[in-house]
Amino acid sequence: MSAPLLSVEGITVDLPTPRGPLRAVDGVDLTLAPGSTLGIVGESGCGKTMLSRAILQLLPKRAKLGGRIMFAGRDLVTLQPEELRRLRGPELAVVFQDPMTSLNPVLTIGTQIVETLQAHLGMDTVTAMRRGVELLAAVGIPAPEQRLRQYPHQLSGGMRQRVAIAIALSCEPKLLIADEPTTALDVTVQAQILDLLAREQQRRHMAMILITHDLGVVAGRTDEVAVMYAGRVVERAPTPKLFTRMRMPYTEALLAAIPKLDSPPHTPLPAIAGRPPDQTRPLKGCSFEPRCRYADDHCRSAKPPLADPERAGGLFACWHPL
Amino acid sequence: MTAPLLSVRNLVVEYPVGGKTLSAVADVSLEVGKGETLGLVGESGCGKSTLGRAVLQLRRPTAGKVVFDGTELTGLAAEKMRLMRRRLQLIFQDPIASLNPRRTIGDIVAEPLIIGGVSDKAERDRRVREVLTAVGLDADLVSGRLPHEFSGGQCQRICIARALILEPELVICDEPVSALDVSIRAQILNLLEDMKRRYGLTLLFIAHDLAVVKAVSDRIAVMYLGKLCEVGPTEKLFAQPAHPYTALLLDAIPVPDPSVKPTANIPVGEPPSPLAPPSGCRFRTRCPRADAVCAEVVPPLREIADGQFAACHHPLV
Repeated sequence: MSAPLLSVEGITVDLPTPRGPLRAVDGVDLTLAPGSTLGIVGESGCGKTMLSRAILQLLPKRAKLGGRIMFAGRDLVTLQPEELRRLRGPELAVVFQDPMTSLNPVLTIGTQIVETLQAHLGMDTVTAMRRGVELLAAVGIPAPEQRLRQYPHQLSGGMRQRVAIAIALSCEPKLLIADEPTTALDVTVQAQILDLLAREQQRRHMAMILITHDLGVVAGRTDEVAVMYAGRVVERAPTPKLFTRMRMPYTEALLAAIPKLDSPPHTPLPAIAGRPPDQTRPLKGCSFEPRCRYADDHCRSAKPPLADPERAGGLFACWHPL
Repeated sequence: MTAPLLSVRNLVVEYPVGGKTLSAVADVSLEVGKGETLGLVGESGCGKSTLGRAVLQLRRPTAGKVVFDGTELTGLAAEKMRLMRRRLQLIFQDPIASLNPRRTIGDIVAEPLIIGGVSDKAERDRRVREVLTAVGLDADLVSGRLPHEFSGGQCQRICIARALILEPELVICDEPVSALDVSIRAQILNLLEDMKRRYGLTLLFIAHDLAVVKAVSDRIAVMYLGKLCEVGPTEKLFAQPAHPYTALLLDAIPVPDPSVKPTANIPVGEPPSPLAPPSGCRFRTRCPRADAVCAEVVPPLREIADGQFAACHHPLV
C-alpha cells in the first residue's frame, strides 16, 4: 500500500449535554490511501457524522476533540484557520446530505460555483464561468448555461445534489467526504448520484469517504468498509471480505435486519432487540453487549479491542467473533 | 381475492398551484380485499400520500369514488365521516411529530376512546393498558411519561397503539418506517405484521422502498406522477415486472452484496413536474421502450397475466 493520504489516530469527540459529556466518537483509527474509497456505515447516533466533521475540522464549537488527523503530511488538528481554509477545496471537500441547506438559497448556482473557483484557484470571472459550465455538464446537468443563472429552489433535489457535487469537485480535491449524499433522494435518483460519484472518483483518482446508514449503498461501491456502533469502529475490512465473512455480531444483525428482495412476503425479519446505549453513560464492556445474542460475562466486564488476532486481513472488536 | 373492503374508483385529486392545476392523483382505481395488505409504492411527488389522505377524506377528492365496506365516503356528511373514522386509521412517517409533546402517553393513547364516547375511565385505562402491551411497551412505565422521553421507534409503537385502540378495520400506513434506523425498522415491520394478525386488520401500506413493501404486502401497486403503472401479486411483480418503471425501481435498489454489481442502465433524468405531465404515457420521457404511440395515447391499466395489471403499450411480459 502506498503512503496513506489520511491517517486518523485515536480520535475522540466529546459533546457537552445537560446529562454530562457525551462521547460521540470514542477512539477511532482509520487510514485511507490516495484514490481509494472507504465506506463508513452505522445507524443514527453512532458517531459517523461527528467523525467526518472532525476530519473536516467542522465540529460544533463546544465539542472537544482529541487525537491526531494526519492529512497529506499535516496534522489538521493543529492547523491555523487560514491554513485550513487553503486546504478546503483544493485538497479536502465535502458533500452533505441535504443539498437544499448546503447551497445558499439567495445566490444563483453560477455565483456559488464562480465564488469557489475564484477564492481557491484565483480564476477570473470569465474563465470561472466557462469552467462552471464544464463542471455542471460533467455531473450530468442538461443545459448547464441556463442552470448557472438559476437559484437552488428552481432545481429538483437530485439536480441540487449534482450542483453540490460539482462545487465539491471544482478544485480537484484529493479527498471527498460524502455524508449520506443520497439519503434525501429518491431511489432512482440515488442510483444516478452514486454512479456519478463513483465515476468522478475513478476519473480523478480521488480518495472518497462514503458515509451511509445503508449497507446496500457501500456494497458495490467501496474498497473498504468500517462499521461504527456507539462511537467506535467495531469492524473494518475490505468490502468483499466484510460481506462474505462478517466477524462482528452487530454487522451480521444489521445486514439481517434489511428486508431481502428474494425472500417471500410476510417473512419475519430478524430484528435487533433494544436500542443503542446511552453514550453519556459509557458501558464498561462491549457497547453492543446488551443487544447481542452471543454476549456473556466477559463481554460485560471488558471492552474488546479492534484487532485482527487471526491476521486474516480484517479488524473486528468482539470477544466471540462469528 | 376476498370481497374488497376498500374500493377506490376513478379517483382524481387536484391542487391549485399558482393559477395552474396540479393533478396529484389522476384517475386511479384500486381495491383492497378484507384482511389484505396492499403496498403502494412510488417516488416523492407521485401522489401516493395524497391518495392515502383522499381515502380518509382528509383531502376531499376532486372526482371519483371511495367506497368503504359498502359506504360511499366521498359524499358523506362531516358528522357521519367522523363516526366512520373509527373504522379507518392512519399512521404517519414522523412518529415524534405526530405526538403532542405536552401530553402523557396514557392521555395520547386514550384520546380516541374519549372522542369515541367511552366514558368509563376504568374501561379506558384497561384498554390503554391492553393496547400498549400489545405493541410491546410496559404500560406502567410509559403511561405517565411525555413523548420526548422516547426514541423514534418507541414513538412509532405509541402511534400504532393509538391507531389500534378503537379496533379499526383499515389502517393506512404512510411511510411508517422510513424515518427509522435499520435495526428499529425491522422491529416495527414485524410489529405491524403481528398487529395485523391479532386485530384482523386490512392495510394500505404506502412507502418508497420496494424491499420494505415486499416484506409486508400481498399485492403491490406502483404509482408514477399520479397514475398507476402496475398492480399485481407481490411475488409476481418482483419476479416479472410488466411495466418498465417497475423494472427501473427494482434495478435501482442497492443490494447489500458486493458480488452484485450496481446496474449501470439507470436512465438519466428525473420525474417531470406534475404541473406539466407528459402527454400520453407519463413515464415515456424516461422509458427506454417509448415510441410515437406512447406520446399520444394514455395507456389503460389492463390485465397482462393472471391478477397482474399494467398501464403500458409495450409491457415487458
